Amino acid sequence: MKLRSWFVLPTWVWMVGLFAAPFAIVFAYSFLTRGVYGGVEHSWTLENYQRLFDSLYLTILLRSFGMALVATWLCLVMAFPAALFISRSSKHKNLYLQLVMLPFWTSFLVRTYAWLFLLRDTGLVNTVLQRVGIIHSPLQLLYNDGAVLLGLVYGYLPFMVLPIYATLERLDPSLPEAAADLGARPWATLLRVIVPLARPGIIAGAILVFIPCLGAYLTPDLLGGGRTVLVGNLVQTQFTTARDWPFGSAVSMLLMLLVTVLVWGILRRESEQLA
Amino acid sequence: MRRWLGLYAVAFFSFLHLPLLTLSVFSFNSSRFTVWEHFSLDWYRAIFRDPELLEGTWNSVVVAIAATLISTVVGTLCAYGLWKRGSRLLTGTLYLSLVTPEIVTGISLLALFQWMFRWLHWHLGLYTVILAHVAFSIAYVVIVISARLRTISPHLEEAAMDLGASEWGAFFYVILPALGPGIIAAALLALTVSFDDYVITSMVAGVDSQTLPMVIYAMARRGASPVINAISALITVFFGLLIVISQRVREA
Repeated sequence: MKLRSWFVLPTWVWMVGLFAAPFAIVFAYSFLTRGVYGGVEHSWTLENYQRLFDSLYLTILLRSFGMALVATWLCLVMAFPAALFISRSSKHKNLYLQLVMLPFWTSFLVRTYAWLFLLRDTGLVNTVLQRVGIIHSPLQLLYNDGAVLLGLVYGYLPFMVLPIYATLERLDPSLPEAAADLGARPWATLLRVIVPLARPGIIAGAILVFIPCLGAYLTPDLLGGGRTVLVGNLVQTQFTTARDWPFGSAVSMLLMLLVTVLVWGILRRESEQLA
Repeated sequence: MRRWLGLYAVAFFSFLHLPLLTLSVFSFNSSRFTVWEHFSLDWYRAIFRDPELLEGTWNSVVVAIAATLISTVVGTLCAYGLWKRGSRLLTGTLYLSLVTPEIVTGISLLALFQWMFRWLHWHLGLYTVILAHVAFSIAYVVIVISARLRTISPHLEEAAMDLGASEWGAFFYVILPALGPGIIAAALLALTVSFDDYVITSMVAGVDSQTLPMVIYAMARRGASPVINAISALITVFFGLLIVISQRVREA
C-alpha cells in the first residue's frame, strides 16, 4: 500500500473512537429508559422521542429556532455594510480585515463575559446612565432574551462578515457600474445588483452563524441566567442536574438531525442554483 | 452613500472592540465598582494569589499544548493523505464534527467515557480533556492544511521522486517545508480553540482537572469581578501578541 493511505489512519482512529462511537452510544441511549438513580436501564422505548412533542419542549425548540433566526438576521444586517465598506476601501483593507478577525482569536468566553461586565446592575452602562441622570435606579439589562441575543450576535458577527466580504471582493466591478450607467440609483444598485450577487457569501455566513446559535449553550447560560432556556441548555440539564440521559440523548439526536438536514438542504439547493 | 458607509464602519468596529477595551481599562481600576478611582495593579496581583486560577491556568496550558501537538501532527498527515485522493466519507465526517453543536459533542463524549469506565476503573481527568480537544481540533487543522496544499503544485512531489527521493523523502524534504506557514496557522488555530473551550471541557473534565475557562466561568456565574477583568485582559493580550508575532514570522 502506498505511504499516503496510512497517513489518514490516525484521523480515522480518532474520528471513529471519539466522534462516531460516542455518537452511536448517545443514539442507543435515546431509545433506553432512565434508571432509578440516573443511569440507563436496558428496556427499549420510543418514549423519549414522544416526550419531544410535549408542548414544554416544543416551545423550547421553537424558541431556540426563533432566537437563532433573529440572531442570524441581525448579523446579516450588521455585517453586510461592514463587508461592503471593507471591500471598497483601498488603503487599509488588511487592517480592517484583521480587526474583524481579531475577536475570533480572543476567547469567546471572555467576549461573552465582557457583556456581563457592561450590562450588570453595577455595570458600566447602568453606572454611566445613572451618573448622567437619565435613570435613577439600575435597569435590568441582563438575564433576558435581549441580552442573550446581543451575546449571540456579538459572538458570531465575524463569521458573517468574512464570507460576505470574500464574495464582494470577487464581484465584477463593472456590474454595479453598468447598473449605475443604466440609471439605477445607489440604493437600487445595492439591493438589486450587489446583494443578489453576494448571495453565496450570505448563505455561507448564515450557515456559519445559525448553526452555532441553534445549539448555543454558553451564551444563554451566562447572559440569560438560566431564565432563557434554549435547546442547548435543555441537553446540558438532562445530562447534569436532571440526570435523565435517555431524554437528553433524544434531544441531542433531534438537534443533530436538524443541523445536518439544514446544512445539507441549503448546500444542495445552492449548488443546484449554481449549476 | 460613501460617507454613511464610513460612519457605519466606525460604529461597527467600536461595537466589535469597545467591550473588551473597556473591560481591560477597568482591570486597572482600584475600585471594584465601575467608577474610575485610580490606577492600580491590585487585581493582577490577586490572580497570583488565587490557587484555583493558577491551577486552572496550568491545566489549560498542559491541555492546549498536548492537544495542539497531537492534532497538528494527526491533522497534517490526514490532509496530506487526502491530497490528490480525497475520501468523501472522511471529509464528510470531519465537517460533521465541525457543525455538531458543542454541547452535543460534550455530552456524547461524557457518555462514551462513562460507558468505558464501567469496565475500566479509570476516572475523568486531564487526559479525557486532551482526548476530547484533539477530537474537535483535527477538523480545523485538516481544513487549514488542505487549503495550503491546494496552492502547492502536485508536480513538486513527482519531480522530487523523479530525482531519486523516496516517498518519505519527498514528504519530509519537499512537502513539509512547503507547508510550514500552513502548519503554524493550523497549530495556532488548534491552540486557541483548545485554550478557549468551555462547553465540551466542562463535560469531560474530572473534579481535580479544572481548566482556566471553567474557573473563569464559575467566577462569572457568581457575578462580575475585577479579577476576571484582569485575567481576561491578560488572555486577550497574550493571544493578540501571539497572532501578531506569528504573522510577522510568516511574512518574514
